[in-house]
Amino acid sequence: MSERSGRPVVVNLLVLGLIGGSAALVWVVPRSILAFMLFQASLVVVYYAPLSFRAKMAYAALGLGLLMPVLGTHNGYYMEVAIQVGIFVALALGLNIVVGLAGLLDLGYVAFYAVGAYLWAVFGSPQAGKFISATFVTFPLAPGWFFVFLVLGIAVAAVTGVLLGLPVLRLRGDYLAIVTLGFGEVIRVLANNLDKPWNITNGPKGITPIERPPLFFEPALRAVGIEASPFTLYPLYFYFLILGIVVVVILVNQRLEHSHVGRAWEAIREDEVAAQAMGVPLVRMKLLAFAAGASFAGIMGVMFSAKQLFINPESFTFLESIGVLAMVILGGMGSIPGAIIGASVVTILNLQVLKGISLWLNDLRNAGIEIFGYNLANLPSQFEPAKYERMVFGIILILMMIYRPEGIIPARRRRLERFDRGHEERPAP
Amino acid sequence: MSAILLEARRVTKRFGGLVAVNAVDFTLEEGVIASIIGPNGAGKTTLFNVFTGIYHPEDGDVLVQGRSVIELTPDRITALGVCRTFQNIRLFKNMTVLENALVGMHTRVQLRLWDVLARTPTFGREEGQAVRRALDLLDVVGLRGQEDALARNLPYGDQRRLEIARALAASPKVLLLDEPTAGMTQGEAQSLMGFLRRLIREFGLTILLIEHNMRVVMEVSDRVTVLDYGEKIAEGRPAEVQRNPRVIEAYLGRGRATGQAAVP
Repeated sequence: MSERSGRPVVVNLLVLGLIGGSAALVWVVPRSILAFMLFQASLVVVYYAPLSFRAKMAYAALGLGLLMPVLGTHNGYYMEVAIQVGIFVALALGLNIVVGLAGLLDLGYVAFYAVGAYLWAVFGSPQAGKFISATFVTFPLAPGWFFVFLVLGIAVAAVTGVLLGLPVLRLRGDYLAIVTLGFGEVIRVLANNLDKPWNITNGPKGITPIERPPLFFEPALRAVGIEASPFTLYPLYFYFLILGIVVVVILVNQRLEHSHVGRAWEAIREDEVAAQAMGVPLVRMKLLAFAAGASFAGIMGVMFSAKQLFINPESFTFLESIGVLAMVILGGMGSIPGAIIGASVVTILNLQVLKGISLWLNDLRNAGIEIFGYNLANLPSQFEPAKYERMVFGIILILMMIYRPEGIIPARRRRLERFDRGHEERPAP
Repeated sequence: MSAILLEARRVTKRFGGLVAVNAVDFTLEEGVIASIIGPNGAGKTTLFNVFTGIYHPEDGDVLVQGRSVIELTPDRITALGVCRTFQNIRLFKNMTVLENALVGMHTRVQLRLWDVLARTPTFGREEGQAVRRALDLLDVVGLRGQEDALARNLPYGDQRRLEIARALAASPKVLLLDEPTAGMTQGEAQSLMGFLRRLIREFGLTILLIEHNMRVVMEVSDRVTVLDYGEKIAEGRPAEVQRNPRVIEAYLGRGRATGQAAVP
């Protein structure tokens, strides 16, 4: 401890240098994925650096609030990556409450995401006009309604969560997993088929165009002399909206966890009967877990549909639920930093690393370089790692489960468990 | 005569064709230590489960301070002041010692969701109080200093004591202990009983025990109830029950019961 506090200046300089240096590198070589990954890694370094909480927050704010938007404007793809990471972080945090804290294995989590997405998609596009004939209101609703629907998305998803929770209250483990899996499919199939007799979801064709939130600050920007096209403004806008939501989600998550509510959830996870016998109202707490988890997905669903401009049921398949669950498990069940890092790693791996290697292979092929008498131009396209996304993923998960089953950043008590292994084998008398 | 805290009226619990508890009447008066004894499978734990709402009886009624509770869920019964420990320790193994005690306080926490999310001053006050009280309770059972250890890592005896602390955290009027001395040496059992007497004095508790350790039962109990095959076969002061031929028969079999009265 004394050793650390003895040289905070050095640590600060190192961290600052790493963040600034990697950001500068991305600026100079915007197409280098390695440079961008270095920048992302520097943010992880901030988490682990021996710094005060305040200093860490300041560096995170610098990286995410200032440098990331600048770099993202420089190379639009990075902004897309950051936005996707944000969306999945919120989803992973929501699922972390249900699975990690309350121990209720939910395999249909993406259903709540779909509910939020369709909520805004239907009313924020001409779609609602197809089944509501109203004279006093026209669809799409004005973009300003988007913000109302963010809140509505929370509420509607939470209610959906309670509706799912009610019938499965008595179920546990495998049985619960199967029912929630079915529930996720029901929502997707509903979205797929609710185009008759009333055309609510427009079926498999999906809904488009969906309204984006209003650029209410544009006149203000112009007033101070900043002329920016919507092409640069919208990604920034979505980035900051999502960043804001993620911060709120983290706060809510943390406060729930460190309260009697979070303890009740964990008690339910550990032993339902004992928890109830100690006075934990099982029904209320389980429904609250489902509702809280669902609400995070709901608000992100609204964001997602506004960002994509187009949604169809294909975006909400069972594989998406599994993907989010994998993020939670990879990061560390019941751990907030774990869920964040898990979601980031998986999303970056998918969007950036595998795609990047594919691009690189493509370049090699096009260059027609010969290695050991084999012309790389003949390399079949099946070798592109992007096509093996799920396999790479599966291998990583398996390796994790073998070598680090508690996840990348385990929950605090999992860590205690790991260090206390000496006592574990104590036989029960 | 003091007030009756817990009362069972002709409680019957069946599992398919098996009658685990058959028309049992039982009353528990304030401020006593009462014991339920009986051979294995006599229905003692089943009766506990009926008292605490984990089982719903097919027939009869259970009253806590005169109020029927058989329609209530276990958490509501705990809120009314009946809390228990389990025969096979059921701690929240992957939570810390302190957190285990805090979970027991759930029914006493007066917080709204808003207080939690906004971290209102009420939250800080309540949470601080809860932690202080939990630490006090850990002090009482002698686990102070281990509050950050995982419950699963405690030695067996400490786990038993933590279970008692967790039950006490719910501020019960009646504490139901299911074989609290199981797996303990005679010495440990004696000191636990001394501890229970202290609890009665300090917390104004009423205690109902299920116990197999007869020396403990006879020494500590004000009243003993004997169950056999789900039926109450005897009730009274320890010395009376000890001499009851039906009790001796239940424990030792018919052949011995006709001979000299053996101590069960």
